Amino acid sequence: MAEYSAFSLLANALKGNKDWKPAWRKPDPKASYDVIIIGGGGHGLATAYYLAKEHGITNVAVLEKGWLGSGNVGRNTTAVRSNYLLPANTRFYEHSMKLWEGLSHELNYNVMFSQRGCLNLAHTPAQFDDYARRGNAMRHLGVDAELMTPAQIKRLIPALDISSDARFPVIGGLMQRRAGTARHDAVAWGYARGADRRGVDIVENCEVTGFLRDGHRITGVSTSRGDIRAKKVAVAVAGSTGRVMQLAGIETMPIESHVLQAFVTESLKPFIDTVVTFGMGHFYMSQSDKGGLVYGGDIDGYNSYAQRGNLPIVDEVMSEMLALFPGLARVRMLRSWGGVCDMSMDGSPIITTGPLPGMYLNCGWCYGGFKATPASGWTFAWTIAKDEPHDFNAPFTLDRFHRGLVIDDKGQGANPRLH
Amino acid sequence: MLITCPYCGPRDVIEFTYQGDGNRERPDPASQNFEAWNAYVYDRLNPAGDHNEIWQHSGGCRAHLRVVRNTLTHEISSVAFVRGDHAPATRRKAEDKA
Repeated sequence: MAEYSAFSLLANALKGNKDWKPAWRKPDPKASYDVIIIGGGGHGLATAYYLAKEHGITNVAVLEKGWLGSGNVGRNTTAVRSNYLLPANTRFYEHSMKLWEGLSHELNYNVMFSQRGCLNLAHTPAQFDDYARRGNAMRHLGVDAELMTPAQIKRLIPALDISSDARFPVIGGLMQRRAGTARHDAVAWGYARGADRRGVDIVENCEVTGFLRDGHRITGVSTSRGDIRAKKVAVAVAGSTGRVMQLAGIETMPIESHVLQAFVTESLKPFIDTVVTFGMGHFYMSQSDKGGLVYGGDIDGYNSYAQRGNLPIVDEVMSEMLALFPGLARVRMLRSWGGVCDMSMDGSPIITTGPLPGMYLNCGWCYGGFKATPASGWTFAWTIAKDEPHDFNAPFTLDRFHRGLVIDDKGQGANPRLH
Repeated sequence: MLITCPYCGPRDVIEFTYQGDGNRERPDPASQNFEAWNAYVYDRLNPAGDHNEIWQHSGGCRAHLRVVRNTLTHEISSVAFVRGDHAPATRRKAEDKA
């Protein structure tokens, strides 16, 4: 399997890049495994990697309906941050941040993690007070956070309109300097290669069509490539959670699938070297290393599995972009796309054993799953290996909704389109 | 996406507010069946295909509408007023589960 070093890069460059080996095998599925992971996205691949590396469980298959990384891991806007208010979220996402900080080295694969910071803009005194509270909550748990003045913000992002004539004048912001971006495809490929090298079978174009059962216990899956048995079956399918759980006879979930759109402009010269978010709507933007501005806004706001959205949100996102950066008015948008998000009822994820014996569930990422990829895989692998959650994911149960233990960082209630 | 309001005719989706899953059944306000209340508040069918949902024409006649829309194609197959309409329920009643 492919090894990367300065020497191999040079040698292959001189030979015309013709001798690169595939980064992972293309095995046919075996008849049985210790663990099957449904879903070859970032979370499923990270789970397989940490199962093999941290727990020595290598007889594992990752089953992917399409091709590897074709879902949300390749559709997000690549932001990584841990700036949450509630302790359960802060601890979990900060664990993720620490894994991100060593990820390229860990995987021997350059995920281009760039700690360029993430700045939330405040436009009202109440919002600034709220950011101060969140920043204090973060610092209390050892996460970096700092409040910024408009003058500091202007120095950081010269193109930003901070004038009093702006539609929503900027009065300050909350900055997490350790936040940033990563190259999302490399995260999927790096985890895939790391898992494959440790013996995990990654089976692409293999759709799960049903569950094999012994009474209530899940004993394997039927797939488009035949039946596969397993002692443990883990589900990490994001926006398709409802569909897959219905195959297991579970009719309802505390989840709605919604479409989130994202956009990229033509390449520009260096314009912004941080991640910025708008406080009077829902808008966030960074610049890729290729030069395109990568940005997005709110979900479309209605149930959808379509992986494409409608024009009203496009219009709204562009308006918000121009409210912050009037100078971008004539920049052309290159592409837009959509991904299906598993919006949970409190905006927080679910990483748990069950709900059926022999089954493990990882879902409810809303539109924040990318930054969670390392910790999601790490804690899900722990949960699968030990049949109990780690402290980091113990609060993220499935039954917390019915038990009154919701983790609602934004305080929006059980209304998925608002999280 | 256009929604054909039975009162106002075909209108752009921006005139409407999504009120969510139309299959949920609110228990009797006096009910102390916690499972039924929990199911009403938190549990969703979330189908990939035809979805029975409620929209309000908040930028128009303000009527609440029962819309059947395909979540894979966004195609709308029926729109009717919620009041006086008994669209086919596609899930079991919450009380049956409890």
